[in-house]
Amino acid sequence: MKKTLIALAVLGTTSGLAQAQEVVVKIGHVGPLTGNIAHLGKDNENGARLAVEEYNTKGITIGGKKVKFELVGEDDAADPKTGNIVAQRLVDAGVKGVVGHLNSGTTIPASRIYNQSGIPMISPSATNVTLTQQGFANIFRTMANDAQQGSVIGKYAASKLGKTVAIIDDRTAYGQGLADEVEKGVKAAGGKVTSREFTNNQATDFMAILTKIKAQKPDVIVYTGMDAQGGPMLKQVKALGIPAKFVTGDGGCTPEFIKLAGDAMSEAAFCTQAGLPLDQIADKTFKDRFKKRFGADVQIYAPYSYDAAAALIEGMKAANSAEPSKYLAALKKVQFKGVTGEVAFDEKGDTKFGAITMYQYKAGNWVALK
Amino acid sequence: METLLQQIVNGLVVGSVYALVALGYTMVYGILGLINFAHGDVLMVGALVALQVVLFLQKAFPLLGAVPTLLIALTVAMAVCMALGYIIERTAYRRLRNAPRLAPLITAIGVSFLLQTLAMIIWGRNYHSFPQLITTTPLQPVEGVFITPVQIIILVSSALLMTGLILLVNKTRLGRAMRATAENHRVASLMGVDTNKIIATTFIIGSALAAVAGVMFSSNYGVAHYAMGFTPGLKAFTAAVLGGIGNLGGAMVGGVVLGLVESIGAGYLGSATDLCHLPSWAQSASLIETCANGGSFELLSSNYQDIFAFVILGIVLIFRPTGLLGERVSDRA
Repeated sequence: MKKTLIALAVLGTTSGLAQAQEVVVKIGHVGPLTGNIAHLGKDNENGARLAVEEYNTKGITIGGKKVKFELVGEDDAADPKTGNIVAQRLVDAGVKGVVGHLNSGTTIPASRIYNQSGIPMISPSATNVTLTQQGFANIFRTMANDAQQGSVIGKYAASKLGKTVAIIDDRTAYGQGLADEVEKGVKAAGGKVTSREFTNNQATDFMAILTKIKAQKPDVIVYTGMDAQGGPMLKQVKALGIPAKFVTGDGGCTPEFIKLAGDAMSEAAFCTQAGLPLDQIADKTFKDRFKKRFGADVQIYAPYSYDAAAALIEGMKAANSAEPSKYLAALKKVQFKGVTGEVAFDEKGDTKFGAITMYQYKAGNWVALK
Repeated sequence: METLLQQIVNGLVVGSVYALVALGYTMVYGILGLINFAHGDVLMVGALVALQVVLFLQKAFPLLGAVPTLLIALTVAMAVCMALGYIIERTAYRRLRNAPRLAPLITAIGVSFLLQTLAMIIWGRNYHSFPQLITTTPLQPVEGVFITPVQIIILVSSALLMTGLILLVNKTRLGRAMRATAENHRVASLMGVDTNKIIATTFIIGSALAAVAGVMFSSNYGVAHYAMGFTPGLKAFTAAVLGGIGNLGGAMVGGVVLGLVESIGAGYLGSATDLCHLPSWAQSASLIETCANGGSFELLSSNYQDIFAFVILGIVLIFRPTGLLGERVSDRA
């Protein structure tokens, strides 16, 4: 009996001390860390991790207590079913906010789980329009959506690059959604869509659909999907001797794409990004800090992932609470200078400052077009 | 016409890679009745080892030239995969040879995950671009039909390898021992055949073919990645079943047929089911706008590329449950 009392007393004092020292606030991150776009998932996670680590060095106090943020990284393997499981796991682990997921196809189903538990979720890369149109108050994103991106691609392809456009998508929520918007954009610019073709996000051989497209002689081929397919696809466009220009969306706008397409890269290759180019973002030192911390180059959305994590923390600071129910209102109104520029959300949860940048391949790099 | 020819060329190239991998599945199945699900991942290991060797040689011996570099890389990759095939057989399957069938199947899947995870740890998550050692500038044997030198090499070398394997199984002492083991390994061992050695040899040969297929795959598409073995593995398994699993000729026929079906399916399924080509449909109120100005309304499009291949597989299995060439059991090896 005596022993128990002492044990309890010891327990009481240690936990009391811990409280006086600091409170740990968990922030979740979800992206594919395995599978064929794991490099992009890691890129996003590193962005969020850098934000959390940099805020920790600033020594933030919330509700009078010193706070230590902790990033809980989960892997959804770009698979919607796994995405839902890990979303539930994060909710059960008591995270106060989530950065993610990466793919639209995993983010949309998972957003329902975060909505039911009232935890704010900010995606740094899920561009599908539907995400923020479900009427969920706690769902946000830090970059422009596919309606904006698709219309830029479609109009550019049909007015600057040619008249006839063939569109290929990878049948994911992202690829399909973006392809639909591209088709609208092409038609709005007075161009013609010669055909819509489909592949999947595991494929490496596109010879059959490209041969079919070749027979229709389009001026431009648009591919809406990830770099892992886009690079080899461009290679096969060259192997078949197709003279069309090649445009891909943000999923292909990576250094990885250039490596994979190899000698098929030429000035006939274009891509878009739902955001600003790395050398035009507000924080000029971000690129070097990222490289120094992780020893890797930024792929695409790491800065947007940084800002998503930063927005959660800024929201908590403004509300002086890390409780989702208390800081959600502050998060909706948050406005601060992030690494990408000003960060603020509209009433749906979309970013107020969404930019779309068109790139052309020149001398070994994607170069932003003005 | 050149579109059709091009689709046939596409199909043959993909099909011969499938066939090479399918041989590995079918040889193991023929002898052990086991589906070696790790086979696709052996292909991946072959490709990544070859990549590593190519990168090393390019740095250490830049004057070596493209063809010797690729040949050395291929040899090393084959050696590594042969050792890997032996280790897999020895550690994961041999002890389970008399266990219920489900047990080795589960270990096969386990080995597949293990190889993928190890490759992810060693080579990272990123896609690697495979150096283009042989020119990819396409040739035009017929006006409008394009084929790259890499694709020609794939076609020729897989035909040679397959002929070689058939000769090995049917004409040599080792082949006779393999066929005997396939028919009944207990009786074969009573006749003085070292069945353990024969089974290990089967795994080693299959893994060497997978390594070649992996190098071909990577040189053709210019990519290598730790998860790259999954899709060709699945397709090759389908090809082996289509041709009649356990039958060497069947695996080759199955691979080529599957490649052609996929390619022609993706190329023509759309226009074949285009409702705008049917006058009665095209005039109907709901389609008249879509079909105007050469528009199309495709009922089934390249969306159904993979499904189409599996529908063919289903139909073949309904009418010939043992696959296209499945009944010639005596040829199993």
